[in-house]
Amino acid sequence: MLWPLFLLVTAIHAELCQPDAENAFKVRLSIKTALGDKAYAWDINEEYLFRAMVAFSMRKVPKRETTEIAHVLLCNVTQRVSFWFVVTDPSKNHTLPAAEIQSAIRMNRNRINNAFSLSDQTLEFLKIPSTLAPPVDPSVPIWIIIFGVIFCIIIVATTLLILSGIWQSRRKNMEPSEMVDAEDKRENMITVENGIPCDSLDAKGGHINDAFMTEDERLTPL
Amino acid sequence: MEKARPQWANPLQFVFACISYAVGLGNVWRFPYLCQMYGGGSFLIPYLIMLVVEGMPLLYMELAVGQRMRQGSIGAWRTISPYLGGVGVASVLVSFFLSMYYNVINAWAFWYLFHSFQNPLPWSVCPLNGNRTGYDAECEAASSTQYFWYRKTLNISPSIQESGAVQWEPALCLILAWLVVYLCILRGTESTGKVVYFTALLPYCVLIIYLGRGLTLHGATNGLIYMFTPKVEQLANPRTWINAATQIFFSLGLGFGSLIAFASYNEPSNDCQKHAIIVSLINSATSIFASIVTFSIYGFKATFNYENCLNKMILLLTNSFDLEDGFLTASNLEQVKDHLASAYPSKYSEVLPYIKNCSLESELDTAVQGTGLAFIVYSEAIKNMEVSQLWSVLYFFMLLMLGIGSMLGNTAAILTPLTDSKVISSHLPKEVISGLVCLISCAVGMLFTMEAGNYWFDIFNDYAATLSLLLIVLVETIAVCYVYGLRRFESDLKAMTGRALSWYWKVMWAGVSPLLIVSLFAFYLSDYILSGTLRYQAWDAFQGQLVTKDYPAYALAVIGLLVASSTMCIPLGALGTFITRHLKRGDPAPVA
Repeated sequence: MLWPLFLLVTAIHAELCQPDAENAFKVRLSIKTALGDKAYAWDINEEYLFRAMVAFSMRKVPKRETTEIAHVLLCNVTQRVSFWFVVTDPSKNHTLPAAEIQSAIRMNRNRINNAFSLSDQTLEFLKIPSTLAPPVDPSVPIWIIIFGVIFCIIIVATTLLILSGIWQSRRKNMEPSEMVDAEDKRENMITVENGIPCDSLDAKGGHINDAFMTEDERLTPL
Repeated sequence: MEKARPQWANPLQFVFACISYAVGLGNVWRFPYLCQMYGGGSFLIPYLIMLVVEGMPLLYMELAVGQRMRQGSIGAWRTISPYLGGVGVASVLVSFFLSMYYNVINAWAFWYLFHSFQNPLPWSVCPLNGNRTGYDAECEAASSTQYFWYRKTLNISPSIQESGAVQWEPALCLILAWLVVYLCILRGTESTGKVVYFTALLPYCVLIIYLGRGLTLHGATNGLIYMFTPKVEQLANPRTWINAATQIFFSLGLGFGSLIAFASYNEPSNDCQKHAIIVSLINSATSIFASIVTFSIYGFKATFNYENCLNKMILLLTNSFDLEDGFLTASNLEQVKDHLASAYPSKYSEVLPYIKNCSLESELDTAVQGTGLAFIVYSEAIKNMEVSQLWSVLYFFMLLMLGIGSMLGNTAAILTPLTDSKVISSHLPKEVISGLVCLISCAVGMLFTMEAGNYWFDIFNDYAATLSLLLIVLVETIAVCYVYGLRRFESDLKAMTGRALSWYWKVMWAGVSPLLIVSLFAFYLSDYILSGTLRYQAWDAFQGQLVTKDYPAYALAVIGLLVASSTMCIPLGALGTFITRHLKRGDPAPVA
């Protein structure tokens, strides 16, 4: 008695869930790629979990809180693993519009991924684009900070070098005037070098021997 | 009181200064390209022959001239012959052009260095598009590293006509680069002598670290074997020899006046022959060493891309035919493809347009040189390494050291003649002259930070120094050998260093090297004339690749001006001296 009814229901189900049917979505899983050795086999229990997750997502949509696991139909499961699914309304005659399913899945994509230990790339809903996470954008770009640090160091070092150069040249400018005073004093004193009195030398009028001049004049005034 | 000429604190500083100047970016990004294009391992034969025949003699000659005359390039050539002051002026002008555009490379190295302190590296991911459903269109068409270079770093315009505005980020980096250079040359040899310890040695440290890392990368041996396999038939190609000679010539930095400037700060008794041989050998050895590192990086990148391509094909076939996940591997890919083609012909023909034949050779064959190699290919390889931030920092720091080392030589070539001139140095102290040169170069360098700046950079890079340098060095060699006299120069050197001049140098200077330069010059001139109009590579944002375009008229005028301004200095200098002497002929006592 119930046989024809059962066959009818199955036939309707079969019509509702078909590849490229209206409001049907293809799902593709790459479990081995994601988990390697820890990959689990895809069996009907995993399918049950999937249907539960889809039903859970639909229940969060306003006006669809009565969606049951039985309303989610899977078909064409391949070895890939890939399959098609549709969500029917409580009467099981029509499928829910694709737009609703799409927004529901997008909202709960993270939960669905986590249920299967997969990611957006290994659990794909074709035709449902995932929202990509934006790259982290700090308020001040990091490169400016590093640039600022190095820039300040270079400015400080340059200023120090220039200033020390100015001090050195000021010191050199002061020493010739000191040397002039010393030479005046020298004319009044009789200096002796190696036992020979130096007043025979005209210190101011002679040529300066470069061999005895050094860059850094640190001679103390005589 | 005569101020004694500043000197290097010890000969090692001089050798390091020459090495740091000669070993530059060209060793890293030009030599590996040439080696790959012109026969792999067999390119070493023409390279080493040219080193011995052309590189060492010309380097020794420049160092000897600088050490003997103890003046910058203008004063040195004027001493050789009063009519040849123009050669020195030409050198200074070419050095000025070079320093204007070369420091932009340092600015880019700074930019990449500062951006290396992020996780993930900014050139490893594409930015998202407006509604966050996918990646930016230009980045999808090109690759993330190309996008970062062309869009984020250069913000390049589609052609040279559209100049755009000055980009403030590269402009800031350029100012920083010039400040660093100013800091190093501020005190003349006193500061430069200390900086060259770092700029000469640090790149080798990084290269050794990279060699260790590079050789242990997955797929490095593929690159090394492919690149170094000798293709002996290339030896018969005249372009191989021309490029070997050109590479030796430009790699040593002859003709800019930097070597003369460095040598002028030497003690007269310094053995510059030994130093010339050491510097040229180290320069070539560094090129070969850097190309080992580069080829292992190439091998890694090519293997990575090849495996990526294979994985994409595997994924495509797995998805189209709903095969079991993990069934297709690299080893059975071909068999399964054939099987699928025969079993499901209609479906296979749908997928066929998307199937690419992944080939390791074609990945290895992509030969890149110049800024493309340094900033695109290397950064692409680095982003795939573990701890990529560390490798990135090391690499761009090395580029910076190489670039700054070369800049020190360039600025020395400009500043030494200026500080030697009594007219200028009596009015302005050394620091102010250096500051003015840096300021002017920085201001002109802002041109290269505009949106079309990279196109102008390529113009300067290709034309500012090439022909002019060949002419300058040719005139230099002829001047030393025939105008000054080879015997006179030989006796000068013997009196100065105490060593006799070997017959080998005399033969090279008087005969072989000038002939070589003349043939190079003739080749390039005929090449430019025969190729007709000059072209450049412009970046097309929509296709995500480079397209070839013709230069507009004003760009060609600038090219002509660049080449003419430096080459014309030589005859104009001679003419000027001739006129001045002609006018003075009425004077009683000629100036000794």
